Amino acid sequence: MAGIPHDHYEPKSNGEKWLYSRLPIVGLLYDTLMLPTPRNLNWMWIWGIVLVFTLVLQIITGIVLVMHYVPHVDMAFASVEHIMRDVNGGHMIRYFHQNGASLFFVAVYAHIFRSLYYGSYKAPREVTWIIGMLMYLLMMGTAFMGYVLPWGQMSFHGTAVITGLFGAIPFIGEGVQTWLLGASAVGQPALNRFFSLHYLMPFILLGLTIVHIWAFHTTGNNNPTGVEVRRTSKEDAAKDTLPFWPYFVIKDLFALAIILAVFVAIVGFMPNYLGHPDNYIPANALATPAHIVPEWYFLPFYAILRAFTADVWVVQIVQFLSFGIIDAKFFGVLAMFGAIAVMALAPWLDTSSVRSGRYRPMFKWWFWLLVVDFFVLMWVGARPAESPYDMISLVASTYWFAYFLVILPLLGVIEKPLTPPATIEDDYNAHYAPKSDSAPVVNPAE
Amino acid sequence: MGRLPANEPEMHPVSQVEEHQGTRRDFLYYATAGAGVVVTGAAVWPLVNQMNPSADVLALASIRVDISAVDPGTQLTVLWQGKPVFIRARTEEEIAEANAVDLSTLPDGLSQNANLDPAADASDANRALSEDGVWLVQMGVCTHLGCVPLGEQGDFGGWFCPCHGSHYDTAGRIRRGPAPRNLDIPVASFVDDTTIQLG
Repeated sequence: MAGIPHDHYEPKSNGEKWLYSRLPIVGLLYDTLMLPTPRNLNWMWIWGIVLVFTLVLQIITGIVLVMHYVPHVDMAFASVEHIMRDVNGGHMIRYFHQNGASLFFVAVYAHIFRSLYYGSYKAPREVTWIIGMLMYLLMMGTAFMGYVLPWGQMSFHGTAVITGLFGAIPFIGEGVQTWLLGASAVGQPALNRFFSLHYLMPFILLGLTIVHIWAFHTTGNNNPTGVEVRRTSKEDAAKDTLPFWPYFVIKDLFALAIILAVFVAIVGFMPNYLGHPDNYIPANALATPAHIVPEWYFLPFYAILRAFTADVWVVQIVQFLSFGIIDAKFFGVLAMFGAIAVMALAPWLDTSSVRSGRYRPMFKWWFWLLVVDFFVLMWVGARPAESPYDMISLVASTYWFAYFLVILPLLGVIEKPLTPPATIEDDYNAHYAPKSDSAPVVNPAE
Repeated sequence: MGRLPANEPEMHPVSQVEEHQGTRRDFLYYATAGAGVVVTGAAVWPLVNQMNPSADVLALASIRVDISAVDPGTQLTVLWQGKPVFIRARTEEEIAEANAVDLSTLPDGLSQNANLDPAADASDANRALSEDGVWLVQMGVCTHLGCVPLGEQGDFGGWFCPCHGSHYDTAGRIRRGPAPRNLDIPVASFVDDTTIQLG
């Protein structure tokens, strides 16, 4: 693998050599595990491991749940209750799976905002970023389809709303929606196919995870300084890095243990805190729950979907310019997907020559405002669509787009960044001073 | 080939291409690519098409609804083709209110009535099923994103969609909120005085 110079796997015993000349899999695993990793990574670099762990957790608990679940409109709800009441330990397995989705999104949002702050998306890591965005989209699709399966009221009417998004596409929308649902309304065909896809998509995620890791192993990890690891020689690289095993594996596992302690506490003591009571009512096509709210992890984008109503002047202009083809409904859908698209385009929208936000005095403020904005959107997405929440969601949605489309391009021009340290070693030594005072002496006399 | 000198121009493979005599190979490339595209399409299409509504779903049974028990000012909701249908017997006030609306102020000026010409305007007479305007039959599906609106609610006395705040009036016409169209009116007719056929 191209990348930072380091020692590669050398087969030693005859058995190793025999295998190596036929399938160099041990070498591949060795080089992956011993990857030189910037030694100054902080605690925001633990989320990748959390995400891998959660994906595996979801796949394993999911496979087990499928052994008891029935994807039929008359039996789905009952089979979930069967899991909850009758299957040995079934309630815990389901609660792990259900809350595992939330853990997944906590980790992915932390992971994404880490990348946004430290400029991990910038050259040469654009491909890693784009693959990550694809994975995020896939995660949302998987989570949405999974939420349909218990066939409660929220499952049913949430599906109607979300597939209705595709119905908003001009001309072909209705056909697309019917094709997705396999009928003119949500019913058995939809439940059956969502079950199939919900089972499939995590494995695609697993495949993309490997590509994601492959991509950033090629470019090397970013780090809090945004300064690249020196590749001039193996010795220089070694001063900037430590092998992933054992240094970062142990650190990541420690962080994972703390996160899992919180997670298990939630699963054990408040498993339905993040859910909606309405989903414990069997699906009923004749009554919509008074207040349809998506799961918390969709709320920011749901707020953007709802923000652009027909009385907003931007919507009116677009509707006029497109001869009415893009109405408020379709505009909302475009805005929701656009909100993710502008994020995916960040590598090309950010014009600053300095990678890490740590050395960008103006960027910092705008970034933290984006974080606040994200939480405001999440909060307002759960409120009813009325005054003053409509105005708040409009302002917050506008800022989301402004950050990526206006602020990121402009900051690179008007901001005067600080000078990052010359090397990762310098940054590391500045934090762990005692070692650098007498650099040549490895073991100072005591 | 191997026994011939490599620099013999007329026998050299590259010079054949230059002389544009490789047409047989070109033909094979295009034929293979073309066959590949056709075969891929033929293989993918059934996989796409299987997701379209199946025969039993398409066998749209029309249903008959007994409305003898529906008093003025009340509404019967029935499930038809997996979707709710509102069958409402309107009061005199509701009809009067619906007739009093200036059609030019409506966000959607079309009747959205499957029984009428698509260009018919959204007057109350074009929305109601019966001549006297009492019976209003419409899909209980918000034209925004498909929630089921709640009856006798909202700012216009008709229906209100709780999902994203669309207000419909007493004729099921959109008045305010994100929904783009009036509530759809399905194909419906009176079989006799107390029975309505849907579909």
